[in-house]
Amino acid sequence: MARIDFVDLAHRYGGSDTPWALQPLTMTWEEGGAYALLGPSGCGKTTLLKLVSGLLTPTRGRLLFDGRDVTALGPRARNIAQVFQFPVLYDTMSVFDNLAFPLRNRGWPEPDVRRRVQEVAELLELSGDLPLQARGLPADVQQRISLGRGLVRTDVAVVLLDEPLTVIDPHLKWLLRRKLKQVHAQLKVSLIYVTHDQVEALTFADLVVLMESGRVLQVGTPEALYAAPAHTFVGHFIGSPGMNLLPCELAEHGVRIGADTLRLDPPLLAAARRMLATTPAAACTLGFRPEAARLCAATDPDALAVPLVSVQPLGTHWLLRVSIGGHPAWVRAADGVVPAAGRVPLRLPSSALVLFVAGRRVAMPADPSAVA
Amino acid sequence: MLLCVAFSAVLPLMTIVNYSVQDIISPTQKVFVGTEWFQSVLRDPELHAALLRQLLFCGCVLLIQLPLGMAVALAMPAQGWRASLALVLLALPLLVPWNVVGTVWQVFAREDIGLLGQLLLRAGIHYNYAAVARDAWLTVLLMDVWHWTPLVALLCYAGLRAIPEVYYHAAAVDGASRYAVFRYIQLPKLRGVLMIAVLLRLMDSFMIYTEPFVLTGGGPGNATTFLSQYLTQKAVGQFDLGPAAAFSLVYFLIILVMCFVLYGLLQQADGPAAAAGRRQAP
Amino acid sequence: MDATDGGARRLPAERAVTGAHAALTLAGVGREVDGVLHLHPTNLALVPGELNVLLGETGAGKTTLLRLIAGLDAPSQGRLLHAGRDLTGVPVRERDLAMVYQQFINYPSLSVRENIASPLRLRRRPAAEVTARVAEVASALHLTEFLDRRPGELSGGQQQRTAMARALAKDASLLLLDEPLGNLDYKLREELRAELLQLLAARRTTVVYATTEPQEALQLGGHVAVLAAGRLLQAGPTLAVFARPASLAAARAFSDPPLNALPAVFDPADGRVRVAGGVWLQLPAAAVARLRAAGTRALLLGVRPHQFRLSPGEGGPHVLAGQVELAEISGSDTYLHVACTDGTVVAQLPGVHAFTLGAPVRLQVDARGLLGFATTGERLFAPGDA
Repeated sequence: MARIDFVDLAHRYGGSDTPWALQPLTMTWEEGGAYALLGPSGCGKTTLLKLVSGLLTPTRGRLLFDGRDVTALGPRARNIAQVFQFPVLYDTMSVFDNLAFPLRNRGWPEPDVRRRVQEVAELLELSGDLPLQARGLPADVQQRISLGRGLVRTDVAVVLLDEPLTVIDPHLKWLLRRKLKQVHAQLKVSLIYVTHDQVEALTFADLVVLMESGRVLQVGTPEALYAAPAHTFVGHFIGSPGMNLLPCELAEHGVRIGADTLRLDPPLLAAARRMLATTPAAACTLGFRPEAARLCAATDPDALAVPLVSVQPLGTHWLLRVSIGGHPAWVRAADGVVPAAGRVPLRLPSSALVLFVAGRRVAMPADPSAVA
Repeated sequence: MLLCVAFSAVLPLMTIVNYSVQDIISPTQKVFVGTEWFQSVLRDPELHAALLRQLLFCGCVLLIQLPLGMAVALAMPAQGWRASLALVLLALPLLVPWNVVGTVWQVFAREDIGLLGQLLLRAGIHYNYAAVARDAWLTVLLMDVWHWTPLVALLCYAGLRAIPEVYYHAAAVDGASRYAVFRYIQLPKLRGVLMIAVLLRLMDSFMIYTEPFVLTGGGPGNATTFLSQYLTQKAVGQFDLGPAAAFSLVYFLIILVMCFVLYGLLQQADGPAAAAGRRQAP
Repeated sequence: MDATDGGARRLPAERAVTGAHAALTLAGVGREVDGVLHLHPTNLALVPGELNVLLGETGAGKTTLLRLIAGLDAPSQGRLLHAGRDLTGVPVRERDLAMVYQQFINYPSLSVRENIASPLRLRRRPAAEVTARVAEVASALHLTEFLDRRPGELSGGQQQRTAMARALAKDASLLLLDEPLGNLDYKLREELRAELLQLLAARRTTVVYATTEPQEALQLGGHVAVLAAGRLLQAGPTLAVFARPASLAAARAFSDPPLNALPAVFDPADGRVRVAGGVWLQLPAAAVARLRAAGTRALLLGVRPHQFRLSPGEGGPHVLAGQVELAEISGSDTYLHVACTDGTVVAQLPGVHAFTLGAPVRLQVDARGLLGFATTGERLFAPGDA
C-alpha cells in the first residue's frame, strides 16, 4: 500500500491548443483509503485513472507512490492491480490458476501462492469454485474472480476499480457492494473506484473525489457532498433530484430571492459578505435539498408561503414543484400529507441552507466539513 | 429454391451414382454391376498410394502453414500505414490463380532459367523437380505454403485485432511475460479462428489439383499424383467412367466425413469447456 | 390498462375504465419460440392517448410484448385488435407507429436534421412541412444547434434525443419506447425523462414505455403493466398498482429497493401479528377484519423500505432490531440493509447518513402502509381496504 501524491499533474490528448482533459491537480491520497472518482462522462476521471495505472504519461507534473516518482513507469512497473468494467479472465485457466497468475508471474514460491489464493478465495466466497474453469461461470462469479486477481498481491501500491459492477444483475449488486466494503475493512488496501453512478461512489467510498470538466470540485465524505457541497455542480450532481439552486441577493438579515426573503444565520451571512468583498460582481446562489424543506403550518412564524406549480406522487413520497421568488424548486413531502393547489407554507431550516458565491460554497470559519 | 438445389446438386450426384454401379460399354450398352467398381476401387493399390501421399501432404501443409501464419500475424504491426502495407503485401499471393501459381513456380524453380534453381545450383545443390521425386514434392509444398500461408496469417491477424485492449492491460498489470500473454490470452482467443483456418486449409489441400498438374503432371512417376489427379486420370485419361464414378463417390464421402468431424470440433471449441466450467448444482 | 391473466384467472386488480375507443387491445396474445414460452397468453388494453408503462426485470417479456405490439414478431396465439379491426397479420410498415430503442439508433451517414426528417421524407411530405416539423421537434429536444452534425459526433444523450426526435417527428398514433434512457448517465436520464413527459403530455399519442426500474415507472406515472417471467402480473393506474399490488409477486416486481416480506403469525384475539424475535405489530382495523373473516393465521407481511424509520428508543412493538450490513447511498436516500432475526430487511431513510458496518440499529415500522399476503402469494390486505 502506498500514499499517492499528484504534483501539478495535468494531461491533454492533443497539442497545446486542445483543452486539458485533466487540469493541473495537486492532491494527496492517503494510504489504505477507499476513494471514489465520480463525475459525468467526459469529466476526466478515466484520464486520471489511466494516469495512475500508467497507461498514459502525463503532459505535465509528477505522480509519486510513497514519495517515489513513478511518472515515467508503465503499468507493469507501477506495482498496481486493476479490476475492469467487464470480467477479464484467462479463459483456459481454472479459477485457482487465475487467482495465482499475478503471484506466479512474480515468482512466489508455490506453497505461498496456495495459501494466499485460499485466503482471497475465502474472502470472496470463491473457495468452492477454485477447481472450475473460469470460462462459462456466471457474470457475478467472473467479476469476483477478477476482483480476487486484483486483491491477491499483498505488495500492490493501489487497487484500481473501473466501474466493476456494470455487468452485475441489479439484485446482486448490493451483495457485491457489501463484499467490497468488507474487503476494504479487512485488507486495508488502498482502493480507487471510478464510476459515473452516484450510488456506486457514495456507497463504496470513505472519500469521494467529484470531478467535472477536468477539474476536481470536491473531495469529501458522502455526507459532506450531500450536506455541504463545495460547488453548485456538486449540489446538482448529488441527489435525484439534486439540490435546488436559486439565484439570490444578500439582504440585511438573509437573502432575497425575487420577492421572497429568507433569514440566514449571521455568521454565514458575514462570511458571504467577506467573500463578496473580494469578488464584488459575483453571483450568489442559495441551495437547499428537496428533502430538507418541510411543509409546515401556515401560522408558523418562519413559514414561507410559495405557489405550488405541480405535484408528482411517487408512491413512497411526493415531489412538489414550487416557485420561490419566481424560480422553480423541488420539495419532497411525505406520502399522504399533500396540500391542495394554491400556496403552500414551507419551512426551510437555516441549518439546511447552503450559500454559494460565484458557484463556490460559503464556508463558515472553523467549518469541519469544508474539506476541499 | 428446392428445385434449384435439386438441379444443381442432386442431379449430377445421381448421374455419378448411376455411373458407379454400371459398366458402360458404349452409350447404348450398359450392364448393371452393383458394387463391383467400388470393390475394385477400394482394393486399388495405386489409390492407396495416392491417398497416403495426399494425407502426408495435408499434414505437412497444416504443420507448416498454421504456425507460420500465426507467427506472421503476431509480427505484423497493429495499426498505421505499416499495417495497411503489410496487409496488401500479404494478400498478394491470394489474388494469383492456381494455374498461374503453378506456372510461376515451374519457371522460378528451373535450374537453367529459374531464379530459385539458379541460386540453388550456385550453392552446389542440384535441384530438379522434373526428375527427382523429393524435389517435386518440395516444390509443390513450397508453392502451397507461398500461396496459402497469407490466408492463415490474415485470419489470425483479424483474430488478434479482435482481442480487447483491456486483456493486454490486465496482463501487464498482472506482470505476465510475453510468452504468458501468447499462451493464456492470444492462443485461447484465437482458438475459433485457428479451427476455421485448419478447416479451410485441410479441405483445400485435400483437393489440390492444379499446381502439381501444371508443374509436373503428377510426376515424376507418381510422386505428386494426389487423389484428385488420380481421379482425373481415371475418368478423362482412361475413360473408365464406372470406376471413376465409384472413386469420386468414395472421395466425396471422405471429404464429407472430414467436414463433419471438423465441424464438430469447431462447435466444441466453445461448447465443452463452457459446460465443464459451469457450476455444479449444490 | 385492463388486464387478465391468460383469460383463465381474473386477478382482483384495480382496473381502469376502458371505453370502446380503446387504442389497441391484446386478446390472449402469447409467443413461443422453439418450444420456449417468451410470453404467456396475455390480455391487455392500452389506454389510448396516455402513457402505458411496461415494468419488469430483464427477461420478463417487455421487449417481446413491444415487438408483438409493433408487429415485428407474429404472436403464436391470440389477436391484436385496434378499434375492432384485427391487426395481427398487418406488417409493421403499414402500421402507424414509431419506436425508440435502448441503443442509440440513428442513420450514421445522415445529419441530425436529415435523421429527424427521414420519416417525413418517406411519407413524401411537402418540403415546407418537413422543415417546420424538424425545427419544432428539434427545439423541443434542444437539438437546434446540432442539426448539421452527424450522430457520431454527438454525446450519448444527444444521440438518444435525435432518435426520440425522429420518432416524434413521425407523429404516429402509437409510440413505443424500449428502455430509452437505459444507456444514459443518471443526471441525463432525469433531465430527458422530465422533458419527455412534458412533450408527451401535450400530445394525444398512445405511448408504451418499457422499463426495468420501479422508480422510473412511478416517475412516469400513467398506467402500468407489471410483468415477470413472461407473465402479466397486474395492470392498472401506476400509483394504484403500487399501493395495492394484487400479489406478492407483483409487489416484489414493483418495489425498488426490494420489498421486505416478513413471515408473521396473526392472533385473531388481539388483532396483532407477531414476527420473528418476539416483535408484534398492531394492524389497522380493516386488515384485522379481513384476516379474521378469512381465518388466516400464518401470513407474509409486506413492508416497503420507506415504511421503516430509525427508532431512537428501546425495542418494543413495531420495532425490529438488527445489525447494519450495508448502507447504500443513492444521493437522496440511504438504503440501510439490516440483518435481523429473520434475514435481511432494507430500510429507506431520506438523506445521506453514515453507518458503521455491523453497528446495532433499531427500525420502527409504520403500520399504516402494511401489505399482507397469504403464504401462497395472494394479497390479504392493503392500505385502502374498505
